[in-house]
Amino acid sequence: MAASPLRIDKQAPVRGFDARALRREFPIFTAHPDLVFLDSGASAQKPRSVIDGIAEFYGTDYANVHRGVYQLSARSTDRFETARETVRAFLNAADEREIVFVRGATEAINLVAQSWGPAYLKAGDEIVISDVEHHSNLVPWQMLCERIGARLVVAPTDVTGEFDLAAFEVLLTPRVRFVAVTHISNVTGTLLPVERIVQLAHDRGAKVLVDGCQAVPRMPVDVQALGCDFYVFSGHKAYGSTGTGILYGRYDALSSMPPWQTGGGMIASVEYAKTEFLEPPHRFEAGTPDIAGAVGLGLALDFVEGIGREAIAEHEQVLTGYAVDKLSRIPDVQVVPGGQRRLSVISFNVDGVHPHDVGTVLDQHGVAVRVGHHCAQPLMDKLGVAGTVRASLGLYNDEADIDRLAAAVKACREMFVR
Amino acid sequence: MSDAGMDLRELYQDIILDHGRHPRNFHALEHPTHLARGHNPLCGDRVTVYLAIEGDRIADVSFEGRGCAISTAAASLMTEVLKGKTVDEARALFAQFHARVTGGEPGEPPSEALQDDIERLEPLTGVKAFPVRVKCATLPWHAFEAALKSGLAGQTVKTE
Repeated sequence: MAASPLRIDKQAPVRGFDARALRREFPIFTAHPDLVFLDSGASAQKPRSVIDGIAEFYGTDYANVHRGVYQLSARSTDRFETARETVRAFLNAADEREIVFVRGATEAINLVAQSWGPAYLKAGDEIVISDVEHHSNLVPWQMLCERIGARLVVAPTDVTGEFDLAAFEVLLTPRVRFVAVTHISNVTGTLLPVERIVQLAHDRGAKVLVDGCQAVPRMPVDVQALGCDFYVFSGHKAYGSTGTGILYGRYDALSSMPPWQTGGGMIASVEYAKTEFLEPPHRFEAGTPDIAGAVGLGLALDFVEGIGREAIAEHEQVLTGYAVDKLSRIPDVQVVPGGQRRLSVISFNVDGVHPHDVGTVLDQHGVAVRVGHHCAQPLMDKLGVAGTVRASLGLYNDEADIDRLAAAVKACREMFVR
Repeated sequence: MSDAGMDLRELYQDIILDHGRHPRNFHALEHPTHLARGHNPLCGDRVTVYLAIEGDRIADVSFEGRGCAISTAAASLMTEVLKGKTVDEARALFAQFHARVTGGEPGEPPSEALQDDIERLEPLTGVKAFPVRVKCATLPWHAFEAALKSGLAGQTVKTE
């Protein structure tokens, strides 16, 4: 399954995909009927099935997990572990022991950096990241490099926003032990050639972590087909609640890593002289997890799967093209290039107008976007901007939302650009 | 005009747009006696405020930096009203301005002599209705205050 599921030649709205109808599943749009929500890249809104499902879980099946011999605890544990299986199937991982529940993608990356890093990295080694990484896939590696005496190497994207595979290959020296890249840029929307990156890195014996925050909610992801060693995402960007994220790690990688946080729930036996740890995934799940959050994430992924990720990808792909086209036609608007395959994230600037002012004007027109550096300051420096305005899509957005965005941007321009 | 337009015109009054586009005193001073930087990590806005103080009077004041229309206009208007003031008058103006944009207690009523300056800053009080933007308007003033304290040491103040 190497082929990309994305088709970029489609122009018409996707037949049979009714974003307006789906929107009715999200109570936030009942509370705010005129809201144009274009900040799902920061965090997605929640469907009723997740909101109600979490309440239902607390009301009927809740107790601590992996602890009690009583039936309720067993039921709660069953719901929690069922969610793990849902995530496994969603990512097509080979084994549910490869799925670790964490607080979010940030925690997942820190876990790998702090557990795998000191165990396998030595002074003089190199870690390669791309130049479109979120701070959360940059700073943990920077800290690790400082601690070990290793070097952080940055692989560039080109002027079109595309990841530069040729430049990457040159950077892949024998010193490179680890590669950490995003699947889709949270600033440019660029879809990185992750399979190829993994192949090239593996050919040289380097491990690969993929940040799937922007990809998981909107396109099929098959970790076995990608071949990566680690894949991380945040539940709240995938229509789940905040506080739950996933670390996928190949079992051979996870089982050869030392514990990160220690405490209850992750030990086999404890004596004052020595502690034996559980096998993955529990080795990496110290303390009581966000049980309800995990159950909610399972429900969120069920919701997404019920619509179909191929359909969502196609819908958002068409809408992304529509938005880029619409915004590009407005004078003084500069859309940040997102490469050949861009999905659901569109950054732009209005010449002469600070992104914060654009954001305020858009907000007054009922359009919610993110403005600023998007936790990617080095990329802002490269682009030569203080920040950008970012519209990011969810499955509930449609062309009418983009039309409202474009109208608000025009109003902004009329106000500031004379 | 729509509601959105009405509210926005309260915030982005003509004088704000004008000073945002064409900031006054927008350069470094050659021989400052005081300077400080202001940084808003949320939006990346940066401003450097330069003062040339002679005795207890602000003989010259200028700024550099990059920011949104609000923070640029606030800095520009600030330099206009501060020029020629005594340090005490300048502090009193900041107290009044701060109270007006945050909706706080204005404290001592300003002297007659400062009334014109307070009116000059009035257009910026539109930010009151936009809580997330208040820091944009106060950033240059915080940098000014830091400059008074730190002299040429060049302190950096962060909003947060």
